[in-house]
Amino acid sequence: MLKKRFKALIILLAVSVIGTTFVGCSKSNTTKTNTEKIVNIYTWANYVPDTVVKGFEKSTGIKVNYSNFSTNEEMLAKLQAAKGGQYDVIICADYMVQIMAKQKNVLLKPINQSAIANYKNLDKAYLGQYYDKTNKYSVPYSLGSEMIVYNPDKVKIDIKGISDLWDPSLKGSEVLLEDSRSVIGMALTKLGYSINETDPAKLAEAKAELKKLRANVKVFDADTPMTSLINGDTNIGVMWGSQASAALKGNAKFKIVYPKEGMQFETDNLVIPVKAPHEKNAEKFINYVLDGKVSSEITTGIEYINVNTAAKEFMAQSVLNNKAIYVPNEEFTKAKHLEDAGSASKVYDTIWSEFKQQ
Amino acid sequence: MDSKLSKVLERTYIFCIFAFLYVPFAIIIIYSFNKAQSNIVFSGFTLDWYTKLFNDDDVITALINSLTIATLSTIISAIIGTVGALGLKRHKFKGKGIIDLLLYIPIVIPEIIMGISLLVFFSVLQLDFGIFTLVLAHTTFCIPFVLINVKSRLADFDMSIEEAAMDLGASKVTVFRTITLPAIFPSVISGAMLAFALSLDDVIINIFLGGPESTTLPIKIFSMLKFGLSPEINALCTIMLLTTFVVLILSQGIKLRRDK
Repeated sequence: MLKKRFKALIILLAVSVIGTTFVGCSKSNTTKTNTEKIVNIYTWANYVPDTVVKGFEKSTGIKVNYSNFSTNEEMLAKLQAAKGGQYDVIICADYMVQIMAKQKNVLLKPINQSAIANYKNLDKAYLGQYYDKTNKYSVPYSLGSEMIVYNPDKVKIDIKGISDLWDPSLKGSEVLLEDSRSVIGMALTKLGYSINETDPAKLAEAKAELKKLRANVKVFDADTPMTSLINGDTNIGVMWGSQASAALKGNAKFKIVYPKEGMQFETDNLVIPVKAPHEKNAEKFINYVLDGKVSSEITTGIEYINVNTAAKEFMAQSVLNNKAIYVPNEEFTKAKHLEDAGSASKVYDTIWSEFKQQ
Repeated sequence: MDSKLSKVLERTYIFCIFAFLYVPFAIIIIYSFNKAQSNIVFSGFTLDWYTKLFNDDDVITALINSLTIATLSTIISAIIGTVGALGLKRHKFKGKGIIDLLLYIPIVIPEIIMGISLLVFFSVLQLDFGIFTLVLAHTTFCIPFVLINVKSRLADFDMSIEEAAMDLGASKVTVFRTITLPAIFPSVISGAMLAFALSLDDVIINIFLGGPESTTLPIKIFSMLKFGLSPEINALCTIMLLTTFVVLILSQGIKLRRDK
């Protein structure tokens, strides 16, 4: 009996010793990391092209650890649990910047703009947006925008904007993004309301509009809407710029239309989390991607809209002529931005599920 | 006549099942050699996507990370699982039934709950997230698979053989090395193989417990979907399939040689 107790005691002791060693190790790690030539980047895979990462490593001697997430929400959860985590630079969507900035200095570190020489290259049109009015925490990286793509051989009417998608001649030939805010936003746009409408009466009107649209929609697809256009399943669709570009690669005849009611944009931003272990390197990295030539390289690689005035001179004519990638910034000034719907989110959800079941 | 018909039916049945299981993989593999950007038409053979992948350092790092984590957690869980199964077989004690039941918890518990709880736990301990935390987590959910496999094999194992060997003067170590281990080895290997496969393709736990230097292949594939499906993703899936097949063949080879 005594022997057994003794054994248990030894095991307990060993476990606690091992435990404290691990905790000790991790603590000493976080204090000494500041001088390391490392920068930890956290974003979607390939969102910073590999050539750019290698270029940065070569020119600064700083090693890049590039890790991936697949949704903004997943990234937020991780940052919250680890109270800022070990990441130095994160690229995420605008609405997520707003959410993170609200948690006052807990998740994001204010960005020292004077330490980033290339900050001046940013196009002023994209600064001071709703999600971060003074750009205290965020630096725009690239833009995505929703546009209409159609096959002119099959669609005989003149397409100018979102409201044309209600035309009866388009019966059973549309592909829309599988995204409640995007589709309900279209109905609100047609009615002339804000896409962030929360008034239940106006949302009910939008619901009635959607009922009329349902017969025209054949496919809902958020990730690869261009596929059904290319294989002829559908003739017209609403999709993000990079998807529109892919559609054009599949069939060069397709036409892109910027909706006359104004496009919906989403900005992806560079941010620095509050516990970033290598803040100086993070600034260097942001400075590097804001360089005109590098920025042009990024745009060519990922096919998202460029936000850098210095990049234009480096871009190939084929990129400048591509309506999916190069959107003139007048379009941005009349653009609409998606904001958190707050308590109305539930109304959006019910409208969406009823619309899809029709 | 009748037996001929049943034979035909038998063959068709087997063919259908295998087609159902393997045709999707075949399609992914075929389209990874497709020249066109999209998954719709096959417009010609190319190895471009593979060249592109192997020039991407991130892919190589992700593959190495995946293999490192899977190998380490497999070895650790194989050892702990085997020892645990032997212990449970040899000793009788109070609460053994509860322990047997507890073993199944890491198997039946939804992965997302395990991921979140480990995330919070490791945050409290202030561990740096990375390969180390991932190996710990994977070992946790791999142990029961090895243990249950070995346990069921031990159920048929006649303990008196061990006693006979000891009567004849063999030491405990010799008995384990020459009698017990060879008897249970196939089950250790099949348990470990299961553990390896589970660790290699895990997504949810990796999402929560990965760090800046530990992106694994499945996470990479998942994240690449921001740009939609592409032949590059098909190529990456093919590489993962190939890795799994190699492991499968290797472990079966070991098993067969041991069984002889």
